[in-house]
Amino acid sequence: MTRFFDERGMLLQRQGRIGFYVPSFGQEAIQIGTANALKAGDWVFPSYREPGVFISRGASLFKMLCNLWGNRSDVCKGRQMPNHYSFADLKLFSVSSPISTQVIQAVGASLASKLRKEKDIAITYFGDGGTSENDFHTGLTFAGAMKTPTVFICTNNQFAISVPTSKQTGAARMADKAIGYGMPGIAVDGNDVLAVYKATQEAVDRARNGEGPTLIECVTFRMGPHSSSDDPTRYRDQALYEAWLKRDPIQRFRQYLESKKLWDQKQQDILEKELKATLADAVEKAEAEPAPSIETLFEDVYSEMTPQLLEQKAALEMEQELRGKFENTSEAFPL
Amino acid sequence: MANLTLVQAVRDALMTEMALDPTIVLMGEDVGLNGGVFRATEGLQKEFGEERVMDTPLAESGIIGLALGMALNGMRPVPEIQFMDFIYPAFDQIVSEVAKLRYRSGGDFKCPMVIRTPYGGGIKGGHYHSQSTEAYFAHTAGLKVVIPSNPYDTKGLLIAAMRDEDPVLFMEPKRLYRSLKGEVPEEAYTVEIGKAQVVRPGSDVTLIAWGAMVPVCLKAAELCEPRGADCEVIDLRTLVPLDEETILESVRKTGRVVIVHEAQKTCGFGAEISALISEKAILSLEAPIIRVAGLDTPFPYTLEHIYLPDPERVALAVGKVKNF
Repeated sequence: MTRFFDERGMLLQRQGRIGFYVPSFGQEAIQIGTANALKAGDWVFPSYREPGVFISRGASLFKMLCNLWGNRSDVCKGRQMPNHYSFADLKLFSVSSPISTQVIQAVGASLASKLRKEKDIAITYFGDGGTSENDFHTGLTFAGAMKTPTVFICTNNQFAISVPTSKQTGAARMADKAIGYGMPGIAVDGNDVLAVYKATQEAVDRARNGEGPTLIECVTFRMGPHSSSDDPTRYRDQALYEAWLKRDPIQRFRQYLESKKLWDQKQQDILEKELKATLADAVEKAEAEPAPSIETLFEDVYSEMTPQLLEQKAALEMEQELRGKFENTSEAFPL
Repeated sequence: MANLTLVQAVRDALMTEMALDPTIVLMGEDVGLNGGVFRATEGLQKEFGEERVMDTPLAESGIIGLALGMALNGMRPVPEIQFMDFIYPAFDQIVSEVAKLRYRSGGDFKCPMVIRTPYGGGIKGGHYHSQSTEAYFAHTAGLKVVIPSNPYDTKGLLIAAMRDEDPVLFMEPKRLYRSLKGEVPEEAYTVEIGKAQVVRPGSDVTLIAWGAMVPVCLKAAELCEPRGADCEVIDLRTLVPLDEETILESVRKTGRVVIVHEAQKTCGFGAEISALISEKAILSLEAPIIRVAGLDTPFPYTLEHIYLPDPERVALAVGKVKNF
């Protein structure tokens, strides 16, 4: 479903039906492998490239699609760019665009679990580029010092937009960084869903048993662009891309299942048809939703509107009466 | 003369000045091989090499701290922060270090640099690709804040910034990156930092704006003309240091002022201008000063066109001060 969702997201953007999309092509095994190693009560702090984690944790496809349109049924009420989901009821933390801010926040959530003597752990996701930000370092420093029940998933897809990992760090492996923070660091094949699942399961067990945090580096390759605004052919070696194409994580898992006689073409066809129908139905419903109402602009800034916001809301309502409709003056995202 | 977009004028300024000054070094995320996510540094790494156009690790505080160290040691760094919304990890380096270094060391050290960053909304960027938070930085002594609104000024101001002895925050209105073109001389030239420009003379109401709000005000002035208000439009171009005289001279003439910015209203830079006018020209005022600004909310995605000041909203404000 993650692959289909991403394909549909990119298509909707190319058709001009949504403004922007961030695909996760090639990174499905990491999302599915890690998410399935969690329990329902665990906290998840994703980056903007983990739709599969949301889907695996049971987020509504319709609600996710509403976020792509930023419409009235979008949980975020049309305030964020596409791919910035939020599902508090599923403990899926609101996605931010600034890089790695969620890493230290996940440590805080897991520390709270520890202090409250609950068994829930926190898992957080970030990329290879994310390991350079301050919040990555503080996150792992605090987690190591406080022995929090946190699992750090570094999706090393080898590019931070255009910047290759070789320019991001002098370290041979991102997993090597763990030693400096006083926690185990493991590197796994990020295109092998079972390897990712096993490594995550062990780290989750350690966290739940009070043995502290773990850094897992999932080595993969970003098969798509950074976003719908990016053109990877400007900076990415085509031969490298083609080599990784042969390691498609979904194909690999399918071949494995077929070799064990657990799966066949017929089952595949039935599943694909079913997933596509479910997705098409959700797309149709989401696209039909109207834009958020103007008063939503003023909601949720504070728990209650301040006098200034009430005044600005009244002024905007008066202006609307005067003008009728507001002209949409937005230009296309120039990135 | 070449007919360039604003983003091409940025590139042209960098290219022109880098050829003249070998100490200028560009650094940032994706500025090298990829030429910047907006292509402001397109082809410059090929032209000047990897040591003068550097792709850095993804860490804004690192980029600015690095630039400070390089500036101490004989270089002229021009760091890029990919979006102004991502500048905050570097806030400490900018406001505690870069801005204060000259003062705290009694002039013993200086760190001239130009921090380039695209800012502003109108491009469906949601709240992390749309903000215009010039007021945070204008509130920091030791830092100059420059915001061009057209290709000619962009090149001239950017070259002036690269020749300045003080650190400059150079905010580029990304909404205008490709939406307007203008004549730009091929050679190096400067536009003086700290000088505003009257971009449309008028006698009834003064509109004060900067960056992407300048074209909005010019359109508003056109709307107002048949409605009986002749607007003068001032493009500040530099917030710090502020060209008080151009503002006050216009206010003395018109007696009516509308200040337009896309940042949220409360504590926006418009408040500073309003205070300045009431301190130094209150007897010239014929009507209250009106600020047309962003709402006191975070920047939205779907409804950004309602959040942002547009020509009609400015024109309504002009009507109010005109008919006060």
